Amino acid sequence: MNTVQSNSSAPSKLSPKEDRAPAAVLKGSVFTLPILKISRCELQEIEFDLTQSLAAALDFFNNAPLVIDLALTRDLEEQLDFPALKTLLAKHNLVPVGVQNGSAAQTAAARMAGFAVLTGQTIDKIIENSAHKSHVKETTPAASRQESSSVSAPPATVESTTQVIHQPIRSGQRVYARGGDLILLAAVNAGAEVIADGNIHIYAPLRGRALAGVTGDTEARIFCHCMDAELVAIAGSYRFFDNIPEEIRQKSVQIYLTGEQLNIKPLD
Amino acid sequence: MAKVIVVTSGKGGVGKTTTSASVATGLAKRGYKTVVIDFDVGLRNLDLVMGCERRVVYDFVNVIHGEASLKQALIRDKRLANLDILPASQTRDKEALVKEGVERVLNELRKTHDYIVCDSPAGIETGAVMALYFADEAIVVTNPEVSSVRDSDRILGILSAKSKRALDGDEPIKEHLLITRYDPNRVSAGEMLSIDDIIELLGIPLAGVIPESTSVLQASNSGVPIIHDENSISGLAYQDLVERLLGEEIPIRFITPVKKGLFKRLFGT
Ligand SMILES: Nc1ncnc2c1ncn2[C@@H]1O[C@H](COP(=O)(O)OP(=O)(O)OP(=O)(O)O)[C@@H](O)[C@H]1O
Ligand SMILES: [Mg+2]
Repeated sequence: MNTVQSNSSAPSKLSPKEDRAPAAVLKGSVFTLPILKISRCELQEIEFDLTQSLAAALDFFNNAPLVIDLALTRDLEEQLDFPALKTLLAKHNLVPVGVQNGSAAQTAAARMAGFAVLTGQTIDKIIENSAHKSHVKETTPAASRQESSSVSAPPATVESTTQVIHQPIRSGQRVYARGGDLILLAAVNAGAEVIADGNIHIYAPLRGRALAGVTGDTEARIFCHCMDAELVAIAGSYRFFDNIPEEIRQKSVQIYLTGEQLNIKPLD
Repeated sequence: MAKVIVVTSGKGGVGKTTTSASVATGLAKRGYKTVVIDFDVGLRNLDLVMGCERRVVYDFVNVIHGEASLKQALIRDKRLANLDILPASQTRDKEALVKEGVERVLNELRKTHDYIVCDSPAGIETGAVMALYFADEAIVVTNPEVSSVRDSDRILGILSAKSKRALDGDEPIKEHLLITRYDPNRVSAGEMLSIDDIIELLGIPLAGVIPESTSVLQASNSGVPIIHDENSISGLAYQDLVERLLGEEIPIRFITPVKKGLFKRLFGT
């Protein structure tokens, strides 16, 4: 419950011993952040490829905090212009928070430009590490909604997590199962978006958008009970529907990739 | 325990104010001490529909900002002694609705009233979020058309994610679907969504269907909530809605097309 505190009752001098709720507390926590792997230093090229992958991810990365991975550029002769890179990313509504795996010179330059320097596991390693564990987590849409402005994300100690959702996902809502599968037991309505790094199972109508394998897993699939989608995508290959073909409309279907080809087949 | 009921929709012009006026009146008629609050700051018209616009001196925003007491701002209904109206300000904007202030006013009203009905503005911004934030129950008003249903879905998402109950992890807001401006002839001609379609899309329990009727506009123009009109099918449908909100189970009326109605009703199709 919110309470209003009047200024007059605020203590004029604060000492740490005083009996009041602290206004600031430091706490340790772990976040998983998307990583932008850079392999060249020409900003134009970076921007070109970035625009393409952002288009494939729709507006999923809008305002997303991300880490720039420098491993592939650390031995290059040219130097990255970090302030310009920052501006470029901002232009695409990305919020770079730090760099990792850079050379000593790169790290110093990044620091100068106001980046944090991170020493972390890469996503690939985390996925490898977690391949053996399986752990089911139940979430409500409210709790798993990704507010575009918030930095909160499930902890990086990812055990391959499956999210199970019982409530409908409604227009304007978005659910993301990071590092695992998403199972939905109620409808995904028009204007809603469900996203998973792994597979998506929907045992109810899919009227909105479903994006599986968003971090690049081409083996990911979407299964749905009643196909009425606005868009489906696997590992960035996507298809919009203005009209859903009769043979799959409102049918049980599975959606998978063969090469670049997105297949939508009735399940029977 | 006092209950806060928000009347909300997302889309504009679907019948929120009409519904707020009639539900509040219906609850008061059933003997509950009721207050209806206009959250549509800047575009107030609940006072017009309730027929008390000439008696507005202070408003909701004045009370929130401590410029007037609740007692000064509440307007007693002309017909029912246990019904109060808290009008919106005409001159301020929706940012004037500060959460702490709204909460303080609602808490004060909870002490004196059984039902607090909140007439939400259209949209999904500050004003609408403020109207639903403290709700215990929600009447989601939908017209039988795709865009209205979509906006109601959006509002249902906000109810389940951004309301106080959702954020505190309390029992969720009780949701009621109300379909208004329902024209059985146009629905059977396939020009409008059917009741079943809407329930299927939104997935919440149906609390009422209010038929389209010219008597509604006449009632709001003369400042008498339509629920007072025993000769209007819309008025009777609002009476049914109030009964259902109070827990009665009664069948939905006035939803069969008028011309072929008799034959169909006799033979039960
Ligand atoms: N059942 C009905 N039959 C005919 N007309 C109706 C019905 N319900 C509402 N109306 C008319 O529709 C118009 C809009 O109604 P109302 O003001 O209640 O909507 P609202 O949702 O409050 O609008 P806003 O979003 O602007 O606040 C009014 O002219 C009203 O008389
Ligand atoms: Mg209104």
